[in-house]
Amino acid sequence: MFKLLEGPQTLGRGKIFWSCFLTVLAGAPAYPLFADSYDVGNFAYFLIWIFMALGLCLMWGYGGMLSFGQTLFFGIAGYGYGVLAINMGGGTATIAALALSVVLAMIAAGILGYFMIWGGINGIFFGIVTLSATLVLAFFLGQTAGPEWHIGPARLNGFNGMKGMDPLTVGDFYIEGSALYYVMIALIVIVYLALRMLVNSGIGNVIVATRENPQRAEMLGYDVRKYQLLTFVIGSGLAGLSGALYTSWGQFITPSSIGLPAAAMPIVWVAFSGRSDLTATLVGSFLLLFGFQTITVYSQQAALVLMGALLLATVMLAPQGFVLGIGKFAADWWSGRRRRGAGAVMMEAGRLRSEES
Amino acid sequence: MALVEVKGVSKRFGGLTAVSGVDLAVEAGEVHCLIGPNGAGKSTLFKLIVGLYPPTEGSIWFDTVDITAERPYARVQRGMSIKMQAPSVFKELPVRQNIQTALQERLSGAARIAEEDRLLTLLNLGPDSEKLAGALSHGQQQWLEIGMALALKPQLLLLDEPTAGMSPEETFRTGELIKSFNAEGMTVLVVEHDMAFVRQVAQRVTVLHLGKIFARGNLESILQDEKVAEIYLGKTHAH
Repeated sequence: MFKLLEGPQTLGRGKIFWSCFLTVLAGAPAYPLFADSYDVGNFAYFLIWIFMALGLCLMWGYGGMLSFGQTLFFGIAGYGYGVLAINMGGGTATIAALALSVVLAMIAAGILGYFMIWGGINGIFFGIVTLSATLVLAFFLGQTAGPEWHIGPARLNGFNGMKGMDPLTVGDFYIEGSALYYVMIALIVIVYLALRMLVNSGIGNVIVATRENPQRAEMLGYDVRKYQLLTFVIGSGLAGLSGALYTSWGQFITPSSIGLPAAAMPIVWVAFSGRSDLTATLVGSFLLLFGFQTITVYSQQAALVLMGALLLATVMLAPQGFVLGIGKFAADWWSGRRRRGAGAVMMEAGRLRSEES
Repeated sequence: MALVEVKGVSKRFGGLTAVSGVDLAVEAGEVHCLIGPNGAGKSTLFKLIVGLYPPTEGSIWFDTVDITAERPYARVQRGMSIKMQAPSVFKELPVRQNIQTALQERLSGAARIAEEDRLLTLLNLGPDSEKLAGALSHGQQQWLEIGMALALKPQLLLLDEPTAGMSPEETFRTGELIKSFNAEGMTVLVVEHDMAFVRQVAQRVTVLHLGKIFARGNLESILQDEKVAEIYLGKTHAH
């Protein structure tokens, strides 16, 4: 099974790559030991968004489905967590609220995805429909300010947003600050490795084949609609995980976390990073979120303008993504140096091989 | 026994009738060639058989089962496999991964890798197995697509102009390959323009003209049919 961690669908293989991975993983738990709790909390905050970026990478980069509406599922799970946590009474039930809210987002993705995929919607129209659904939800939630808009004791509160839910809790212990950071790191590692195994499996082969040539994939006996729906549900579930964790982190959620500017952000992260690879998306999204957060402290407008500029620069200069391009350049340089040493230079077609496994 | 039966099938695109009232039976174990001038409806008939187009009228049967309403993937799962007219491969994926994607439902582990190697060698693609499929020549892409179709080990192999873009040597080799698959029991339905190739492989021939069956029979009777020569070469040349 662990063989699937490496394969033609993922960059990075061999001892050097995994040594780097383990070094970063070993260093990550040390961060809260020397950083102050505010910084650790902030760090955990932008790690929350990584799941949505990885989900979009799976759908767009591997599956060829550009969803412009991942914040739809972010919002469903985010509000879902709030409603469930309040109605279930908080405490350890918040863990169940987290799991159920992600399931809720996946069910919503299953229903929307079924109608889109079975209805033959693809290409740019896939993005238009998902964005439309997102804007509808954001608009709807924005007009729920009245007291009549509640689910049990949980009030939706319109543009002011929902609040009053507990953070993730085990017994009397609130998962906040450093604890939340460690949970984030563990979840990211699990999701990243699980996605690597998925895309390098037989299912991943079909997902990529469907992106390349859906008719040919069907002519090999695959019902490509089921694979597309599976990809959409998994990607949306990850957006939902981000949403539920976001609500738990801040104990509030507003419609603005679903609307147009929020919906555009994952596209920028994944496009800048390199949509066709999970590692590039993980690293690139992390860097962008870190940079965005840092600049936002001084000026949110400047951070948004920078995001727009980065998207334009990506389209013009590195359509496959900056992080992916830099990674390939480094790999080519490294493998070229090694092979020159062996007296043979071979071109590697599009894939990073830091070391032959 | 007929493996595939096309019963009274028509296909209209708006005002254009591409296929009109066609009845065709492909017997199990034969190599059946479908010939006809450009625009005769051969590729449309192929797409109707494999399910890429729904027929306007008529029905299609495979192994005595009515498959008219089935989607293409379900027909493939029943035992059909097709090589399209234009090369249809996964161009951004390595050659070996193209074959692997076709094989993975049937074989796994070492058996799958051995079969990948066998097919790549058979199709002269062994040295190019790590290249992206889009980097192959047109002829090689044709081979690769034939390999993907064969990887499914189908009962019925549909080949739409399998030798387009191939050299005479490659064309001959393709013919010999088809005959060897047929000798192992595979039924083959081929659309082809190259009459030398048709002579090499065909056991029965159906001529399609203006969307209708024009003639059918064994190769010799078709070749001696003056009307067939007329539609292919024009009256002046036929006499």
